Amino acid sequence: MTVATVSTQSSEPVFHVLDEHAHPEGASTMLGFWIYLMSDCLIFAMLFATYGVLGGNYAAGPAPKDLFDLKLVALNTTMLLLSSITYGFAMLTMEKSRIDATQAWLAITGLFGLAFLGIELTEFAHMIHEGATPQRSAFLSSFFTLVGTHGLHVTFGLVWLVTLMVQTARFGLTEANRRRLMCLSMFWHFLDVVWIGVFTFVYLLGMLR
Amino acid sequence: MTTEARTLEANAGGHGHDDHGGAAHHGAAHGSLKSYLIGFGLSVVLTAVPFWLVMTGAIADKAVTALIVLVLAAVQIVVHMIYFLHMNTRSENGWTMMAMIFTVIMVVIALTGSLWVMHHLNVNMMPIHDMSQMP
Repeated sequence: MTVATVSTQSSEPVFHVLDEHAHPEGASTMLGFWIYLMSDCLIFAMLFATYGVLGGNYAAGPAPKDLFDLKLVALNTTMLLLSSITYGFAMLTMEKSRIDATQAWLAITGLFGLAFLGIELTEFAHMIHEGATPQRSAFLSSFFTLVGTHGLHVTFGLVWLVTLMVQTARFGLTEANRRRLMCLSMFWHFLDVVWIGVFTFVYLLGMLR
Repeated sequence: MTTEARTLEANAGGHGHDDHGGAAHHGAAHGSLKSYLIGFGLSVVLTAVPFWLVMTGAIADKAVTALIVLVLAAVQIVVHMIYFLHMNTRSENGWTMMAMIFTVIMVVIALTGSLWVMHHLNVNMMPIHDMSQMP
């Protein structure tokens, strides 16, 4: 389209937008949050690389085979996977503006997340009790850093979840609350993606070493 | 939409920018019950099989088992991306996909680079105590 076309529409030709381009509130939030998640992805990539480099240095200490209980990890993985699908159900009920159902699914998601954290902390406590502390070897340092960082993410996700449940209870499923819940949805599913890497690289391949 | 056309809409006081944000985009970023259940079902299978393989030692060759486990993990990550994170080339005018492709390239460079460099460092530096016994 040329300038000439525009000038046929009105007597004065308009070459540029005079007013501030209007952006609805939160229009770029999802893309911005996605880019944050990608930066988080780089953090985890570095921790995976660290584990990949150091994971074989046991310093005559315990190796994955001596420490890991795959049944516990399978249970853990199940909890996180279930929390992902229940968060999906929360999103579906949110779209239908069913506030009670949304809150219920969010609560169930939180319980599965708590179960995941509880199992992980039990595992950590058991390992530390056996003397497999982060100070024991490079393998254990990188293990606790990688798995612990993921666990911290889940912890903060739970804090965020409770916060949003309170917000939703007080103000309802407003546009802002829906947007926040959608950001947490991405965060929660992203943590599940990272966990796929953890159970594959750390636990399953560790047992095959 | 060209700049001129936008100008006309803005001058006309219309809400021609609704397609830039709000419901239109976010609508694309949602799944349906069916897509969530498909994703969940695939994830269960893609998780159960590698755990079963490693726990039972069904395949005697550990290298083959490791390779299968890695491939299944890669497939599951793609499944999660599509069915749970609703990744597609259309959301946010393709910018989410561009950000992801960029990140994947960075991750691949960082991971393979680190592992490759450190592996060669290990191979070349580790047998240093044997050097003294060399003629």
